[in-house]
Amino acid sequence: MTRIVLQSADIGRALTRISHEILESNKGPDGLVLLGIPTRGATLARRIGALLSGIAGAAVPVGSLDVTMHRDDLHRNPTRAPQPTEIPAEGIDGRVVVLVDDVLFSGRSIRAALDALQDLGRPAAVRLAVLVDRGHRELPIRPDFVGKNLPSSREERVNVRLSEVDGGEDEVTIA
Amino acid sequence: MRHLLSTADLGRDQALTILDTAEDMASVSGREVKKLPTLRGRTVVNLFFEDSTRTRISFEVAAKRLSADVINFSAKGSSVSKGESLKDTAQTLQAMGADGVVIRHPASGAPHTLAHAGWIDAGVVNAGDGTHEHPTQALLDAFTIRRRLHGAAGRGRDLDGVSVTIVGDILHSRVARSNVWLLHLLGARVRLVAPATLLPVGIGDWPVEAGYDLDAAVAEGPDVLMMLRVQAERMHDAFFPGEREYSREWGLTDERLARLPATTMVMHPGPMNRGLEISAAAADSPASTVLDQVANGVSVRMSALYHLLAGEE
Amino acid sequence: MTTRILGATLPDGTTADLAIDRGVFVDPAEAGSARRTIDAAGLLALPGLVDLHTHLREPGFEQSETVLTGTRAAAAGGYTAVFAMANTQPVQDTAGVVEQVQALGLRAGYATVRPIGAVTVGLRGERLAEIGAMAASRAAVTVFSDDGMCVHDPLLMRRALEYVKTFDGVVAQHAQDPRLTVDAQMNEGEVSARLGLAGWPAVAEESIIARDVLLAEHVGARLHVCHVSTAGAVEVIRWAKARGIRVTAEATPHHLLLTEDLVVGYDSRFKVNPPLRTAEDVSALRAGLADGTIDIVATDHAPHPAEAKECAWGEAANGMVGLESALSVVHAAMVETGLLGWADVARVMSRTPARIGGLRGYGRAFAVGAPAQLALYDPAAAAEFSLDSLHGRSTNSPYLGRTLPGRVRHVFHDGVPTVADGGLRPADEVAAARQEVVA
Ligand SMILES: [Zn+2]
Repeated sequence: MTRIVLQSADIGRALTRISHEILESNKGPDGLVLLGIPTRGATLARRIGALLSGIAGAAVPVGSLDVTMHRDDLHRNPTRAPQPTEIPAEGIDGRVVVLVDDVLFSGRSIRAALDALQDLGRPAAVRLAVLVDRGHRELPIRPDFVGKNLPSSREERVNVRLSEVDGGEDEVTIA
Repeated sequence: MRHLLSTADLGRDQALTILDTAEDMASVSGREVKKLPTLRGRTVVNLFFEDSTRTRISFEVAAKRLSADVINFSAKGSSVSKGESLKDTAQTLQAMGADGVVIRHPASGAPHTLAHAGWIDAGVVNAGDGTHEHPTQALLDAFTIRRRLHGAAGRGRDLDGVSVTIVGDILHSRVARSNVWLLHLLGARVRLVAPATLLPVGIGDWPVEAGYDLDAAVAEGPDVLMMLRVQAERMHDAFFPGEREYSREWGLTDERLARLPATTMVMHPGPMNRGLEISAAAADSPASTVLDQVANGVSVRMSALYHLLAGEE
Repeated sequence: MTTRILGATLPDGTTADLAIDRGVFVDPAEAGSARRTIDAAGLLALPGLVDLHTHLREPGFEQSETVLTGTRAAAAGGYTAVFAMANTQPVQDTAGVVEQVQALGLRAGYATVRPIGAVTVGLRGERLAEIGAMAASRAAVTVFSDDGMCVHDPLLMRRALEYVKTFDGVVAQHAQDPRLTVDAQMNEGEVSARLGLAGWPAVAEESIIARDVLLAEHVGARLHVCHVSTAGAVEVIRWAKARGIRVTAEATPHHLLLTEDLVVGYDSRFKVNPPLRTAEDVSALRAGLADGTIDIVATDHAPHPAEAKECAWGEAANGMVGLESALSVVHAAMVETGLLGWADVARVMSRTPARIGGLRGYGRAFAVGAPAQLALYDPAAAAEFSLDSLHGRSTNSPYLGRTLPGRVRHVFHDGVPTVADGGLRPADEVAAARQEVVA
């Protein structure tokens, strides 16, 4: 029983809205750094980065932040190869870092990301943008920018497909 | 990956994954906070039955940067008493709850025995066994070559077509064995150069070209020239007549260095006998990767420990 | 008093009844009433096996094996006589020590124990041991060997060959050039190159054998070559025999079945000296045993305590136990391959080793009046070789977990049953029965 929750056009609209909200809350593009959490968070960060430049007319630095090494559930899963962390040349000190991820669930990845971020420098503020918030938080973590709130049961699987990574059409499904 | 005993056990993808993760580890080593919480709560034992401060420290730094607890067990100190068997030691480590054991042993195959005899559940990393293998050295050598060739863009790439000439005491070299299997796996062309006494009998099925003539190898302008350490006692066992002749025939002299293309990397696993297998000028030249190798050793060992110990038990 | 054995298959394939009374074979037609009858239908009757190369480890290494435990292992394997190698502690280099070992064998009763005398004092290869005294002792030593060590000095070897001739003895050489095998860990070749283990080159064996057959020819002496392991050694011996040189040679069961590839896992049960060789060497040994170049099979039964094997390969002791498995291994390597028939097996595992060692009573198997040395073997049985198959003090067998053909069912040593219905008989019963026969 797989159900499509967001189609390609929905995703595009959601990202545009998030971009506007980021600019609004930051009062412009100054000092922003987008860090996507690999794999699909990094892709979304690049897309939002492109949208921001288009809207604000100035380039916003985009990078990626791998959190594998900071996860607290490594023992419970097969070892996976970490993805690259790429911090823009501007660094993160004193900047407003927007973490970007595809799905927010327990909050543990974001906890790991905050931990990883701490080792890299001292941002002025950290915000969180996610395409889908499906609930079931296990930590006191709350997103600042959300594409879609998606009530789900714990057992369900939310699957995000992005053309750059998965080929084909963008879509978000739940099963 | 349960253990890292021999590069011959690695598949191409596995080897590349270790090298790619080492890139991530290298970036950690370059920043202010050089520590990751990855192996918090895990215990890594450095079990050294043979003196090697350099290798032990490299593993120790690697484990600590991943936040593991490190215990040094050394046969030279008091922690492994003389005559205590590998089995007794292994059972002690098991009782301590070691998650990973990094073992250096004078007997070829000792890490294999430790990993497979059923005495211990820990993952085993071979840090050099007799004249058998030294897999993390080969991995750091491959990593060093890839970084010199491609910089940070090396991620995901192998060493296809890279020519590597390994010179010296192949017979007794665990570094040479591990490098032969790994470099071949990664697509490099490997050539061995040594006096016939220091080439093992029975290398007919090795994926290498073997020869005696260093000048001919230099004339081919290899991408990498790897000089192996020569032990003085080999001279007394009649493997070659003396230091002068060895240096003249198989040493990287200033004169041979001058004939190498500027792009050739000069590698040495250390510690070097300056003036014997490598001249001081060659060791300190811009072509030399010796210090890179030391730094990369920590990154590669972090990567190996991560892949062995981070995942589910 | 009589034991009757009904319908046994003899090595030549015929079927016959046998009877044993007061320690010797008797005519079944004239035998008295049977105290015991064994239905031997389907069982092969072999003369009691004779091992020319056993390490019993007593005196000195009783944690590995004793004369009692070693001869129990021998009986379980179908053996009724073993020659005990001299590398004990103290070394069997004096009349006193060889007499002690022989007496221990007599007391145990499971098999005849014939001590081998050392060639040189303390096996040190420096000066001759008291060969004459050992020959004249109650142990009546006829085989001399420094096994474990090679009599390397050519002059000393020449003297030994000559001197032993005086007593109609034979020198059994462990052919290993010590200089070519310093720290050697396994056969030198492709596997050793990969594993980084110091090589034991075939030439280290072959060059000593070549030298020794020429020395034996020169002084007109007998030479026996222990555990031949290489194709080149078989060639040298074949050449020597063709030349009329008085040389005999043995191959071990393990060298007839196992190859160096087994070393790949660094499992020290496969560490042995001389080392396991290549498949080509194994074929050459089998061919040599089949054509008579190699005269006999000898076990080189070499027990070691667990701690001597539970360690890194380089630190592990050389040697394998082999008495319990020898017949089954020869069955697998030589009979199942069609290279030897059972009459040949009787020759290479009983009659000829007895002849080389000067052991009487094995010349005419099953003859009326001859000492009753008999093994009844079920060639149709096959089972996994396990710890239950071992009866000595040590368990360093390379065959554990392997399925081997055949099973020893009954063994009579001097008419005394040592194995009955597949089980070893208790030591006190064997000793008591032996008293009866001797009385
Ligand atoms: Zn021997």
